[in-house]
Amino acid sequence: MSVLPYLVAGWIFLVGVYGMATSRDLVHAVGCLSVTQSSTYVLLLAVGYRKGGSAPVFSDIEPGSRPVVDPVVQALALTDVVVGATVTALLLALVVQIAKRHGTTDPDALSELKG
Amino acid sequence: MDRLLPLIVVVPLLGAALLAGAGRRMPRPVAETTGCLCAAASAGLAVAALAGGPHVVWSGDWRPVDGHGVGIVLTGDRTGTGLAALTSLLVVTVLAYAWRYFDEPPRGHAGAFPALILLFQAGMCGFALTGDLFNAFVFFELMGVVGYALTGYRVEEARPVQGALAFGFVNSLGGYATLLGIALLYARTGELGMAQAGRELDAAGRHDALVLASFVLILTGLLVKAAAVPFHFWLPDAHAVAPTPVCMLLSGVMVEMGVYGAARVYVTVFAGPGGVPAEDFRRALTVLGLLTALTGAALCWQQRHLKRLLAFSTVAHTGLFLAGLAALEPEGVTGVFLYVLGHAGAKAALFACTGALLDRYGGVDEHRLHGRAREMRGVGALYAAGGLALAGLPPFGTALGKALAEEQAGWLTALYVVVSAVTGGAVLRAAARVFLGAGPREEDDCGAPETTGDQEEPETDRRVRRLPSLMATVAALLLAGSLAVGLVPALARAAAGAAHAFTDHAGYAATVLDGTHAAPGAGHPYAWWSLTGVGLGLLSALLATGLAALGVRGAVPARRWAAPLRRLHSGHVGDYVAWTAAGIGLLSALVLWPGG
Amino acid sequence: MSRRFRLCVLALGLLAFAALFTAACAELPPFGGDRHPYGDRAVHAALLRHTANTVSAVNFDQRALDTLGEESILFASVLGTVVLLRQTSDEHRTVPKPSPVPDRTRRYGLLALPVTLLIGLYVVAHGQLSPGGGFQGGVVVATAVHLLYIAVDYRALERVRPLGPYEIADAAGEAAYVLTGAGGLLAGAAYLANVLPYGTFNTLSSGGTVPLLNAAVGVEVAAAVVVLLARFLGQALEIEGDEDRGEGKG
Repeated sequence: MSVLPYLVAGWIFLVGVYGMATSRDLVHAVGCLSVTQSSTYVLLLAVGYRKGGSAPVFSDIEPGSRPVVDPVVQALALTDVVVGATVTALLLALVVQIAKRHGTTDPDALSELKG
Repeated sequence: MDRLLPLIVVVPLLGAALLAGAGRRMPRPVAETTGCLCAAASAGLAVAALAGGPHVVWSGDWRPVDGHGVGIVLTGDRTGTGLAALTSLLVVTVLAYAWRYFDEPPRGHAGAFPALILLFQAGMCGFALTGDLFNAFVFFELMGVVGYALTGYRVEEARPVQGALAFGFVNSLGGYATLLGIALLYARTGELGMAQAGRELDAAGRHDALVLASFVLILTGLLVKAAAVPFHFWLPDAHAVAPTPVCMLLSGVMVEMGVYGAARVYVTVFAGPGGVPAEDFRRALTVLGLLTALTGAALCWQQRHLKRLLAFSTVAHTGLFLAGLAALEPEGVTGVFLYVLGHAGAKAALFACTGALLDRYGGVDEHRLHGRAREMRGVGALYAAGGLALAGLPPFGTALGKALAEEQAGWLTALYVVVSAVTGGAVLRAAARVFLGAGPREEDDCGAPETTGDQEEPETDRRVRRLPSLMATVAALLLAGSLAVGLVPALARAAAGAAHAFTDHAGYAATVLDGTHAAPGAGHPYAWWSLTGVGLGLLSALLATGLAALGVRGAVPARRWAAPLRRLHSGHVGDYVAWTAAGIGLLSALVLWPGG
Repeated sequence: MSRRFRLCVLALGLLAFAALFTAACAELPPFGGDRHPYGDRAVHAALLRHTANTVSAVNFDQRALDTLGEESILFASVLGTVVLLRQTSDEHRTVPKPSPVPDRTRRYGLLALPVTLLIGLYVVAHGQLSPGGGFQGGVVVATAVHLLYIAVDYRALERVRPLGPYEIADAAGEAAYVLTGAGGLLAGAAYLANVLPYGTFNTLSSGGTVPLLNAAVGVEVAAAVVVLLARFLGQALEIEGDEDRGEGKG
């Protein structure tokens, strides 16, 4: 199955979106957003994989002696991780304030904005 | 100048670091002056870059060899630098508007608000200038993160935190869809630069599901930012609750960044023979634009919360921008560029006036404020002028842009006239009620799902008795800017040059990768006011006034049929996420629709 | 919108996504394939500049502009959290009571603290050589500081964590990255150009500006995570509403 790793990424995205849309607690929904985001890590790393490839770090292997995986996607994934962590932090900060101002973290109970 | 282009992004970043680091000891006026100076320096750089030819800068001097490289390119073409200049100038006016007026900053962090605004500026300028897909994602997220924080700035109240959270969820989801798309494109082309990826797609020449999926997913995030239906649900929630200076930026430029991004990515990456056929793109953007414009206009008319009303008018106008860009004809694109410029001035001025109402009367509810603002004649005049500008009254820049876009729009001309008339009419109706006390007082209708505007707190320390002259000056200046767009031929000429370069798939790649510069703007004929254009502008302004007159008397029975549409705007994060997912489906269906 | 209707809308969207994505996956190059043009170029370019860890070379040299944006996102989110989790006018601060910590936890925590700190610093310092770098090491360093909270109590953490200097360090890290980039401009090259000597391959001083940018990121991340967690801990332990307003809206 040479496409399985890619399909896994798609599956994680689906699971995360489903969780976010049906969540009954905003903290859980923030978690689901992180799950959704993990699909991007999986896809990036899967795209950059090379069969038999080693880590693209040459402190202990001779350059050119072994195939290495794509370092670019790893750098992108690292950037992506930081983005994810910061978004999670900000959204959780907002949830803390929602819990205080609305007295609940149930999205069904938030009724301030409509129409 | 070429080498200095990154400074447009870097100067605000450095300013933000300075404000955050020294903010503990910095008195408030010093912090605000520093913020203004940094934003102004960046604006100066952007304007200088706009005056010169297209600038292509490879970060870290990693230039490509034979069209392939490892670096990130910043492309300061007319469109990119123009947007950066618009953003920076608007940031300067916003910081002036917020001058000493804004609520007490968090203790020990006098610089936090201007610092966040500077970071916002950096994110938007970076997004406008970058020529690299992943780098665009990074700046997209920077814009987003700062946007959530600024929207939720007034944490003492219940609404801002809810609106900011909806904004955060939907935008982040869109961003991750975009990143999935970028990863798919990378797998096919092995490139992240827009020009490089476009050339690789053309060389491969395979128009298959992979290309389609990466196009749809990348566009998803950008259309979320652009608030296209059905990705738009976050926008009214966020715009209704964000502090007024932030609303001016969100509506004035951030949403337009999404429109720009969608068109730029299509043109540079997917417009060639290996990408997505032009008719598919045209169909998708026309239908989405149509839906967005109609939904925005219908809901704009229904609102009584003045900021939410303006937010829906932004949705409506974004729809018009999308429809205008769909064909990617240079003439229509010129129109949209001018429309965006004129709209930014008018919309920011309207928000500024609404902010003045909020601070004076402690509310932004059309019904509660009925006749109360009679004493604020100046603001009332500005507000009405803003409404007429939205409606497209010549010679505002909105009218010129609308007229030029209409010339290319065919049967969609009616959409432009109706939508601008309805949104302008809604603003004029509110102006007549609030500033003149026209018509009977509306009774509260408890049955309809709606957001009233009487629970808002003023954003100043206390209610202001007299409007600070700076606030009114800023609003007047913004409207003057919108007027200037329609009166200065040099702007129309520059926009025409920008539009020709913007719509040129091969030309962009040649500029970035081969260093061949077409003479900027030279030789392009540019359109100007025509009799039809002026006539259509006058028509929609007249329609808007008529609608406003009817609306004041309560004679437009639009409430019943709009109710189901209003119920969809539930403020529920789960609903919004579901609609975003459905939007991915809608977008793919539109692109795949047979018969193109 | 009813839950049922939401599920219908969602199902439509998810089905469309699944179909689109699966069709795309079928066209992707097979997993583990050998064609990675950008990656090969990146490895080549990293070795030319004597950077053994090619991921760091991509992050801090070839695509250093991405990292500038990413660092700014982190910086913005810290600033945003400071604003969002501030003490509002209807709240006051209490002094959290110390709570007893089991002896084993205390011993383990105090033992792990210096080791964690050292590992964090090592990971930051060797970013251009071995896996790791400013981001990863910075987070480990910040974790080490918080072991004090687990092993002793909140007051012990507060003593080693005066927020002012950390906030300044956070801003200084951001400024250092921005200014190192501007060094390229001053040297007559492009912004973020690697203008320092590349040094000897596989030594601490190799890579030109890579170790400098890496260190700037390390400082910023460590400080940012400390400030970020401090804001959340402050909300959890110190800040309380003036009166019971659990149900109050606004």
